[in-house]
Amino acid sequence: MLDSSEVTVTADGRRIGGVLMDIRNITLRFGGVVAIRDTSFDIREGEIRAIIGPNGAGKSSMLNVISGFYHPQEGEIWFRGEKRPPMKPYQVARQGIARTFQNIALFEGMSVLDNIMTGRLTHMKTGLAAQAIWWGRAEAEEVANREVVERVIDFLEIQHIRKTPVGRLPYGLKKRVELARALAAEPKLLLLDEPMAGMNVEEKEDMSRFILDVNDEFGTTIALIEHDMGVVMDLSDRVVVMDYGKKIGDGTPDEVRNNQDVIDAYLGVAHD
Amino acid sequence: MPEQLLFAIEVTLNGLMAGVLYALVALGFVLIYKASGIFNYAQGVMALFAALTLVGIMEGQVPFAHLINAIFGTDIHHFGWHVPALAAILLTMLVMVVLAWAVNRFIFRHLVNQEPIILFMATIGLAYFMEGFGDLMWGSDIKKLDIGLPQGINTWIDEVTYNAFGYGFFIDNLDIVASIIAAILVAALIAFAQYTKQGRAMRAVADDHQAALSVGISLEFIWVMVWSLAGFVALVAGAMWGAKSGVQFSLSLIALKALPVLMLGGFTSIPGAIVGGLIIGVGEKLFEFLVGPLVGGATENWFAYVLALVFLVFRPQGLFGEKIIERV
Ligand SMILES: Nc1ncnc2c1ncn2[C@@H]1O[C@H](COP(=O)(O)OP(=O)(O)O)[C@@H](O)[C@H]1O
Ligand SMILES: [Mg+2]
Repeated sequence: MLDSSEVTVTADGRRIGGVLMDIRNITLRFGGVVAIRDTSFDIREGEIRAIIGPNGAGKSSMLNVISGFYHPQEGEIWFRGEKRPPMKPYQVARQGIARTFQNIALFEGMSVLDNIMTGRLTHMKTGLAAQAIWWGRAEAEEVANREVVERVIDFLEIQHIRKTPVGRLPYGLKKRVELARALAAEPKLLLLDEPMAGMNVEEKEDMSRFILDVNDEFGTTIALIEHDMGVVMDLSDRVVVMDYGKKIGDGTPDEVRNNQDVIDAYLGVAHD
Repeated sequence: MPEQLLFAIEVTLNGLMAGVLYALVALGFVLIYKASGIFNYAQGVMALFAALTLVGIMEGQVPFAHLINAIFGTDIHHFGWHVPALAAILLTMLVMVVLAWAVNRFIFRHLVNQEPIILFMATIGLAYFMEGFGDLMWGSDIKKLDIGLPQGINTWIDEVTYNAFGYGFFIDNLDIVASIIAAILVAALIAFAQYTKQGRAMRAVADDHQAALSVGISLEFIWVMVWSLAGFVALVAGAMWGAKSGVQFSLSLIALKALPVLMLGGFTSIPGAIVGGLIIGVGEKLFEFLVGPLVGGATENWFAYVLALVFLVFRPQGLFGEKIIERV
């Protein structure tokens, strides 16, 4: 196991630092349904952390708790060494945590470029009055934001669709645009809910490559949910395994693969 | 030029100017509807309330004078000062922002994720509440509003057209000013929505709440903002209408003029509200001019609705709305 206090260097030369987010004893209920039961794990700076588990295990709920969409009844979240008070989603986003959704949430009526531009909203500082009176500064800011967005567009290889209304894009590209919008925020922590769900093999390979490249080139910390055990093993540094709302395994892909509880959960796929 | 054609041109011009104001009122609806899915029945009453407040502040009226006098046995009505129009307009705007905040804080924050019909009914309640509240605050008598806008026939247009065609157009200065101001406001609103950070956030919220939240937008802030903008629109419309025909209850009925505009232009389209407003304005004036005499006049009360209904049969999504395709 990794020691959370020191910097580790992975086999492929990436640096993994101290704990960025610490999730402690989270319990989340919906009426009688316990979606998450007393679950704890941490996410370290610079790593790719996967959360896997069968359908209904509570993975999306966990991501929603981290991003402020759900509010747990019990437990604490520590971010960058500080305990986080209950927060609304927009407050979490402003802390530098960006996310994508399992069911894609894009602005369907806007172009790809405008969609990605909204990812910069948390970086736009100039106030309304200043925008009206002082076009110069607002424009300089706009230019700077556009540069970031263009870089993301190049990075994800979506130049050819930049002016296309998102509503007209095929599913796979929508997923990529959603990732682009999250990346445009230059997040400290990037949360991806099943980024490869519903994709064909080729699209899955592209997406895997993008995720690895984002982490490698920008050093972005990534927590991602994946349904498919195989994909996760190639991608992630450490894996949390959930089943029926509980954490049943936590460790490197190899450790998790050999964990008997995990094997049972995945063999007894009755509730998949 | 034949006389009939000249009359028709004059009527069309007047219709265009009325249309700009309809467009403005319709915009108030569109802003709120787009951002929150609320059809704001109270939009017309907001215009009345804004106009009442504007007059009250300008005249130095003591708010809630009746109530204060009834409780304390006093007899105060006026502060004894007058506030210049521009300052009064700014103060009224401030009141409309507070109103926007209160509406969201005390009503709609508690109705998040409710059915549209529930939200709609809440705005009906709001309309009646504001009507009574306005009366209580400023009194229910008919008031004259004079914000210093020019009134009466524009003699320059009259002369020029008389010299050119032998028939002088009658165009009211107030209508000209009102349509210029309304046009500027409409342009400013579009620029705001298109180019500012807040405008971008507003469009994002109008498109998808969940996605908007995830990029760091506070829905409540945007809702207060659109209600403030709608309040601002209401203030301008109320001031124009009030300057023309006095500030009284009937002012709130301008909202009824916006409904056919919305049916025509679509409930979510800003260009739709503008073009729809102009079509209704010109349409109803021309129809009254051409057909009115044959059917005994007073067609302006119903023509807009008939036009909108006929239109709905052919384009239920409105002028600029996306075609609605049933998914099966
Ligand atoms: N908003 C909600 N309301 C009620 N129940 C929910 C809600 N979100 C998730 N759940 C329940 O929580 C459990 C975990 O769901 P989820 O987190 O979506 O699982 P996963 O993403 O691992 O497939 C399921 O039983 C689901 O029905
Ligand atoms: Mg899920």
